[in-house]
Amino acid sequence: MTVHNLYLFDRNGVCLHYSEWHRKKQAGIPKEEEFKLMYGMLFSIRSFVSKMSPLDMKDGFLSFQTSRYKLHYYETPTGIKVVMNTDLGVGPIRDVLHHIYSSLYVELVVKNPLCPLGQTVQSELFRSRLDSYVRSLPFFSARAG
Amino acid sequence: MNSSAGRITSVEKFGKHSYLTAMEYIPSFAFFANRLFAIGSQLSPEQGSSGIEVLETDTFKLHCFQTLTGIKFVVLADPRQAGIDSLLRKIYEIYSDFALKNPFYSLEMPIRCELFDQNMKLALEVAEKAGTYGPGS
Repeated sequence: MTVHNLYLFDRNGVCLHYSEWHRKKQAGIPKEEEFKLMYGMLFSIRSFVSKMSPLDMKDGFLSFQTSRYKLHYYETPTGIKVVMNTDLGVGPIRDVLHHIYSSLYVELVVKNPLCPLGQTVQSELFRSRLDSYVRSLPFFSARAG
Repeated sequence: MNSSAGRITSVEKFGKHSYLTAMEYIPSFAFFANRLFAIGSQLSPEQGSSGIEVLETDTFKLHCFQTLTGIKFVVLADPRQAGIDSLLRKIYEIYSDFALKNPFYSLEMPIRCELFDQNMKLALEVAEKAGTYGPGS
């Protein structure tokens, strides 16, 4: 069980942060384009889900999985999107993504007067805290797969 | 539970809460089937990933099965509904038996075969009876 990578987007589609831990295959396109493609895909899935839903939605799109990985999604009311790719053995981790938003992003970036919002996070503290938090997760193993 | 099958070839609606008519669903499904499914595979951090197989929300779960020829069967179900994998394979079987083997059916067209409809209805009823993971439905 492992975590592959993590993306953080704001409401305008700017990729605020990207980290990877175990990634075996790159997308084959430059990182900037990959972020745009990921954001576009999530935006389309969200509107698709809101149209298809037979009942009124509360949380909306939660996750999807393919034959090899699972993508977990968490969006705040302010439009911040936390996206984590893990392998298939991992169950619902909404609380983990919420923790990344509230205890890491809000505490270390939003509340930091020196961190400008709306662009890639430069804070080294945020990067290292996020890294140690993810490594401490029960479903993260140092050896991939 | 409702289901649609194929490359826009047919839409069967057994849904209880549809506020769009069947025809209005089709463009969204077609977009999902063609683009989003493939992007899920392209952005994969692992080698050899398929497209999106299960998409989960808090109100429904979408299952997608792609055959070797590129036909996609898409089923929308309750998140706790079990047995969807076997239902998808059964639908594939019904499709090949009553649509493909039918000499009057042309590929890429909507399916208008009575036996196909009857068997689909039966398969959906069996799947619904197969039960759910949790209490209630």
